[in-house]
Parts: sequence; structure tokens; C-alpha cells
Amino acid sequence: MGQVEAARKAPAAVAGGDAPQQYLTFLLGGEMFAVAILNVKEIIEFGTLTEIPMMPPFIRGVINLRGAVVPVIDLSCRFGGKATEVARRTCIVIVELEQDGTHHDIGVMVDAVSEVLEIAAADIEPAPAFGARIRTDFISGMGKVGGKFVIILDVVRVLSIEEIALLSQVADTPEPSFADQPPGDA
Amino acid sequence: MDELTSVFIQEGREQLQALESGLLQLEQNPEDHDNINGIFRAAHTIKGASGVIECHFIESFMHKVENVLDRLRNAEIGVSAELTGVLLRACDHLAQLMDVLESGATEPEPFVLAAGERLIGELAAYLPTAPTGIVEAESEVEASGGGVVNTDSWHISVRFGPHMLRGGMDPLSFIRFLGSLGEIVAIETLADGMPDAAEMDPEACYLGFEIRLQTRAGKADIERVFDFCSDDCDLRILPPNSKFAEYVKLIRELPEDDMRLGEILVRCGAITEAELEAGLKLQHAPAPDASLPSLGDPPKPLGEILVENKVIQKEVIDAAVTKQTQVNEKKAVEARLIRVQADKLDQLIDLVGELVIAGASTNLLAQRSGQGELVESTSILSRLVEDIRDSALQLRMVQIGETFNRFNRVVRDVSRELGKEIDLQISGGETELDKSVVEKIGDPLMHLVRNSIDHGIEAGDLRESRGKPRRGTVVLNAFHDSGSIVIEVGDDGGGLPRDKILHKAIDKGLVPAGQNLSDQEIINLIWEPGFSTAEQVTNLSGRGVGMDVVRKNIQNLRGNCDVSSEEGKGTTFTIRLPLTLAIIDGFLVSVGKSSYVIPLDMVIECIELREGGADRDYLNLRGEVLPFVRLRDMFDIAGRRPARENVVVVQYAGQKAGIVVDQLMGEFQTVIKPLSSIFRHLRGIGGSTILGSGEVALILDVPTLIQRNIASGNQLQQARRLQLGNTSL
Repeated sequence: MGQVEAARKAPAAVAGGDAPQQYLTFLLGGEMFAVAILNVKEIIEFGTLTEIPMMPPFIRGVINLRGAVVPVIDLSCRFGGKATEVARRTCIVIVELEQDGTHHDIGVMVDAVSEVLEIAAADIEPAPAFGARIRTDFISGMGKVGGKFVIILDVVRVLSIEEIALLSQVADTPEPSFADQPPGDA
Repeated sequence: MDELTSVFIQEGREQLQALESGLLQLEQNPEDHDNINGIFRAAHTIKGASGVIECHFIESFMHKVENVLDRLRNAEIGVSAELTGVLLRACDHLAQLMDVLESGATEPEPFVLAAGERLIGELAAYLPTAPTGIVEAESEVEASGGGVVNTDSWHISVRFGPHMLRGGMDPLSFIRFLGSLGEIVAIETLADGMPDAAEMDPEACYLGFEIRLQTRAGKADIERVFDFCSDDCDLRILPPNSKFAEYVKLIRELPEDDMRLGEILVRCGAITEAELEAGLKLQHAPAPDASLPSLGDPPKPLGEILVENKVIQKEVIDAAVTKQTQVNEKKAVEARLIRVQADKLDQLIDLVGELVIAGASTNLLAQRSGQGELVESTSILSRLVEDIRDSALQLRMVQIGETFNRFNRVVRDVSRELGKEIDLQISGGETELDKSVVEKIGDPLMHLVRNSIDHGIEAGDLRESRGKPRRGTVVLNAFHDSGSIVIEVGDDGGGLPRDKILHKAIDKGLVPAGQNLSDQEIINLIWEPGFSTAEQVTNLSGRGVGMDVVRKNIQNLRGNCDVSSEEGKGTTFTIRLPLTLAIIDGFLVSVGKSSYVIPLDMVIECIELREGGADRDYLNLRGEVLPFVRLRDMFDIAGRRPARENVVVVQYAGQKAGIVVDQLMGEFQTVIKPLSSIFRHLRGIGGSTILGSGEVALILDVPTLIQRNIASGNQLQQARRLQLGNTSL
């Protein structure tokens, strides 16, 4: 079962062709992660953030990005860990995604941004069936950098608007018995 | 798609609308000749313009329609319900053809073509079997009443199309050939269509001619001269000794707009040059400095002088005068309108939004600096910004009348289909609201109107037995009410049957049996998903997908809708919508470190919260029970309650409630920034805005906030199994 999963993942990792791709690496809870550089719009310092009430904890809030209001996701929390503590090197990586035909900018809160790396397609291993401690469908591949593994994230899955919206709806439901209410009246 | 085509589609749709409303009016008032002429003009304009952009499938279709309209105009066929029906369907087909053109296809789909062929077949029933009608008209000339113009020559008006020269044809050769039929007594060249030299296309033909021809040849012979270019020119032929009416019609139809009254009359041969000169002299006599005789000048209008001197019949003058006034009015209206692309306007609104935010930040800094002069100058600036904001938003405001008028057709078609007699009454069409709202309100309105016709209004016999007029009435009304626009869709039908609704709701498990519900609560059940009471499912409504979708669409526009109904008397749906979706006046409050904006239109007053220490969420507002929401508790905001809390009293659609906050910060111009779609399920927050400090503040969505609390109140009530009446807040 696990192997099937891994085999299914493999083509996605090498889909970019043989030419080495550039990845932005960052630290999250002491572990190194990477995202394809083409998804990254910019990196900003963690500043003033407005919290949104009635939202699950991994949605930290919204920021003002030069006049646009952009939501910020706490990645560590999204992976099931504890909330990221704001420190001197805490950053927000602005990721640009296209979902359902529209562009979305989403901020991702990380402990520290490291560097931009080139990883050849040959150096990318399929995601392990388990053991990465995050959902396997979040992982696009495992990059080998200097003898160490870097988890390359599948941002489209990690930041799926659909899924996040669904999760936030669940968080917004005050009590379980609420489902009894006719939806139109809620 | 090139620019010319897109302009054609836009203008063509406007003409189509004029055509359609004209036809609807024709049904009511078949004798209105101005209306018939208007219909013909609209059809003709579409045909002409489609020729210019070389869209042949529209051109050929409109040619057929125009032929029928031409006969209608000449009173060769009468107005009948069948005829208007066919013509209205032709309008629909034309709209379809325009969609085809817009989609960039070169040819319509075969089934569209087939539909067009069928329509042409139906239209052919109104056309003469052989093209001999023209000759008949000739013989009628002297027989019919009215004055006769004393000229013994034919009058030919010809406007050559722009493609003449490009197509290798020379207007001059046509005129030469015409000369071979008889003697050209007079010829006037009309170069009114000629644009400025810079814009002129040397390969296009801009000319028209007014020709007086003395000949023994018949009309058919003269027409044959222009056979080669008949597709590309506008030809009108008047036989010798034509009726005044013929000339009157000619004047009305001439496309030129700058012609002076006198010139028109001379050119159409109704009066001679000498008669005109005599008239001119008389007109100039009292005021010799008046350069040209024109309408409304202090000197007596030329027309009147001519009539006084019995030079010309009043009828002819009137037509010419009407034409001049119409031309002037049309020009004035055109001059006041500028077509602007919608995205340019949106960009402007965005920029104004940025300006408002930047202005707020400047204001804040100025106040902090404590420099009196700076504060004063920034406050002047912010007032100006406010004005700019208002005028910029005003640019996007459009009248709702156009949307309402579309329903004339809907009501006509649907009521026919159902065999009911229904009038549509429209009022408040001049009420303005944001264009983006107008675009999205059409579908929900359509549904409500169809519902009223289908379910609301009873069949004619039933109405009579209930002592109501046989004809039912559907009312569309719009008005402004404290920062919102209210749209009402009403009917004088049977009203909503409460017991039937309740029965159905129990059947569907929407409410438990035996529960006591107020009348209004029962009526509100129609908004529930999957609810439909129609016993007979028609193709109009009754599939039960309606009302909850209507409500959702309206809520997506930050509006809401209510229904009130009296059994036997009728039903009224009331839709409330915000005026604009871009910038609003807000009231800024804060709880802990967070700031929130409450739309100012909904704020009634602010009071201090005096607590008796009791754990209850209502207060005594001058003898009134006012329930309130603690924003701190509801939004789970960290921090301790301050010693002094404030209550903002809000009102929405007649409901009052309090919102408890820490601090009141005053009015704030709020540029609405939509929240990411991640937050689309979030209820209670309508959007966000950016404060002067650069921080993001959330805008409270008061209606859903209140509803949310009603819902949780109901829940509490259910949980405790309290047999109290519903909290009606």
C-alpha cells in the first residue's frame, strides 16, 4: 500500500524535466523544507498581523501587503504541530497560487528562511510512505542536499483553498448540535 | 474581436432593446406611427451596421425582418398578435446571432441557422408573393387623400454604402445611367457623412444624392438602375405628385442630421428654391443680423413663415421641425454621455480607495505631530478626498430602470404561456445603484417575477370569483432607504398558503410536527433549500431549487430578502441591498488590540454599558429591551474587559441589537477589501479594510452577526427544551 503511494508520487516529483529546479529552503521546527521558487512571490519580515476570529489556529490572521489583504497560514500548525513562536528570524513567505482559475496570494509563516538551492531532478526521491510526520500528500519529493534530505512541499496541496475553507467552517461551528439547524437559517 | 465589431455588438444590443420595447408597445398601441418608425429605424440601423462589419448572417436575416417592418410601416399589413409574436421571436434570434458574433464564430451553428430559416419562413407570410407592391403603390398615389405636391418629376434619395468604391463601383456611373432614363432636373450631393480629412478613408464612399428625375420610366425601371448596389445603398424613390405623407416620411427617415429645415424642404422637392428664398427674406427682415434660420431663434421660424404665406402645407413643416428637434435632442444626449470601459472605472475606484487609505494615514500622522496648521491642511485634504470618493462611486451608479424594463417581455411571454392576463407596473426605475450590483440582481429578480406570475397570480376565472379584477398585476418598485436600496417584487395574487407550506415543511422534515409557529415563521420556510409547494411542476418554476438560491445570491451581494404575504391579497418580496460594494462610511471600534468597522448606515447610537453585574445579555434602552452581543466573548479576544465598555446600537431591517465593544474611535471611510476565499464560510465578518496605521481591520457583517446569535439563541432554547416562544430578538 505504501509503495503504491510512493510510486504514484514519483512521476510528480520529476515532472519538471531533467534540468535542475530552484527551490527556496526554510526552517520549520528545526526541520528543513523547500518549495519551488516559481511559487514564491516574496519574503517579508513578520510584522503586524490582524487575527481573524472564529478560525482554526493554523490560520494566524491577515496582513496588509501593500494594500492587499493576504491571509497568513502557520505551517507548523497546519502540519499538526504547535503554533510557531514569533522570533527574530520569523518570516512570512508570500506564495502565489492559481486555484479555480483565480490567483491567490497566501502568506506562510516560517521560523527562518535559509537559501535558494538548485536541486537536480535526479536528486529528488519520492516521498516516504510514513515517517516524515506530515501528511504524505503534502510532500512533492525528498531532495538530497549535501547528504541530507530536504522535504519539498507540494504547495497546491498544503495551501488548498478548498480544504482550508472547509476546515475553517468546521472550526466556526460553535457546537456539534448546530447541524440540526436548517442550513438556510444559519 | 476587433474594436468595430465590439462596438457593433454593444450598440446593436441597445438597438435590439429599443426594437423589442417598441414591439411590446406596438401590441398595446398599434396605431402609433412614430413607434412603428422607431422600430423600423432600429432594425434598419442593425442591418446597416452589420453590413459595415461584414457580418452577413445578421445582415441577411435583418434584411428579411426589415422587409416585413417596411410593409407594416406603409400600412400594407396590419398589427396582429401573431405578427408581433413572430417579430419578438425574430428579436430573440437576432440576440442569438449577436452572441454567435461575439463568440468569434464565423457562422452560427446549424440549429441556429435552422431556427432562423423557420422564422424567415414565418415572416414570408407577411410579404407579398411577387414584388409588384411598388407598382401598386404608384397607382394609389393620386387616389388617396391629402395634399399633393405639385412636381411632375420623380424624387430619388440615394445614400451609397461605404463599400461602394472598394467594391469597384462608381456612384457617378449609376447617375449617368439614371440620366439615360430621362432628364435629371436637379441633383444635390450630400457630403454630410464625410468625416474629417484625418479620419477619412479614401477608399470608402461617404456620398448621398437627392435627385429629381423627369422620366416616363416606371419605378421598377429606376430601381433596376441601382440593382448592382442594392445591397449596399439606401434607396428611396417617390413618384411624381406624391402625397405629402410620402415626403413627410422621407424627411423623417433621412439619416442626415445637420440639414437645415429649408434645405430639407427644397431637397425633397416639396417647395421650390424661390419659395424658400421668399420665406428666408421674410424671416430675415425683422432681424437682419441673424445668420441662418434656425429653430427657436428670436426671428420667426422659417417653417411658420412658410405656413403663414400658404407656401407649404403645415403637415410637411411639422415633420421637418420634428426631425430637427429630434436631431438636436439626440445630439444633446449623445454629447452628455461618454462610453468608458468598465475596467478603467474599476481602476479609478481602486485608486480612490488607495487615496482614502493613504489620506487616513496622513491624517493620523498629522494629529500625532500636533502641528495645528498641518492638521488643518490635512483635514481639508481629507474632505476633498471624501468628495472625490463620492463622485468616483457615483460614476458606477446606474439606474435600475433598464433592468426593470427587461421584465416587460418576461411578463408578456410568461403570462401568455400560462394563459393569464397580467400587467407589469414599474416604479422607482430612476433609483440608482452600483453597476456591479445591477448586473448580479437580474437573475434573482427574474426568479421572483416568474414565481409571482406562476404561483402568485391566480387564473382569470378564479380571480373574478374572488372579486378581483381579471387582470393580475405584478409590481416592481425600487427606492432608497438609509444607505440601502430596497427592491420590491409584489403581486396581487393569492398570497402564500400558510397551511400548505406548513404541511409541506412537516412532510419534508424541515420542522417537527406540532410545533407552534407564527405566520411569519411559516412564510419564511419557503427560503429553505428544496422547498416548493407547486402541485404542478411547470417549466417556469416549481423545481424547488428557487428560493434558497435567490436568497444566497442576494446574500452574496451583502444584501438580504424578506417576504410578506397576506392570503388572498398578494405577496411582496423585499430585497435590501447595499448601495455600493467598494467604499462605505464606517464606524471604527476596538476590542482589546483589534479594530473593527461597523457600517455607519446601521449605527443608530452609542451608549455606555452600565452593568448591574448580572450575567445577562440585554439592557434597558429607554424602556425597550435591547439584546446585545459581546464582541470580546464572541470573537474570543484575549485580555481583560476594561472598566468602561460601550454599546453600539445597530439596526438592520427593523431589528435592533447592541454590540458591546471596548472603545469607540469614530467615523472612518472604509475601503472594502475582500477577504481571501479561505474565509468564505466566516459569518459575522463581511470583509476587511486597511487603517491609517497600515493595520488591517475587519468589517462586521451586522445582519449575519445578529442571525448567528439568533441561531445560537434558538439552540440554547432547544437544548433546554424551554417551551417559551421563539426569541424574536
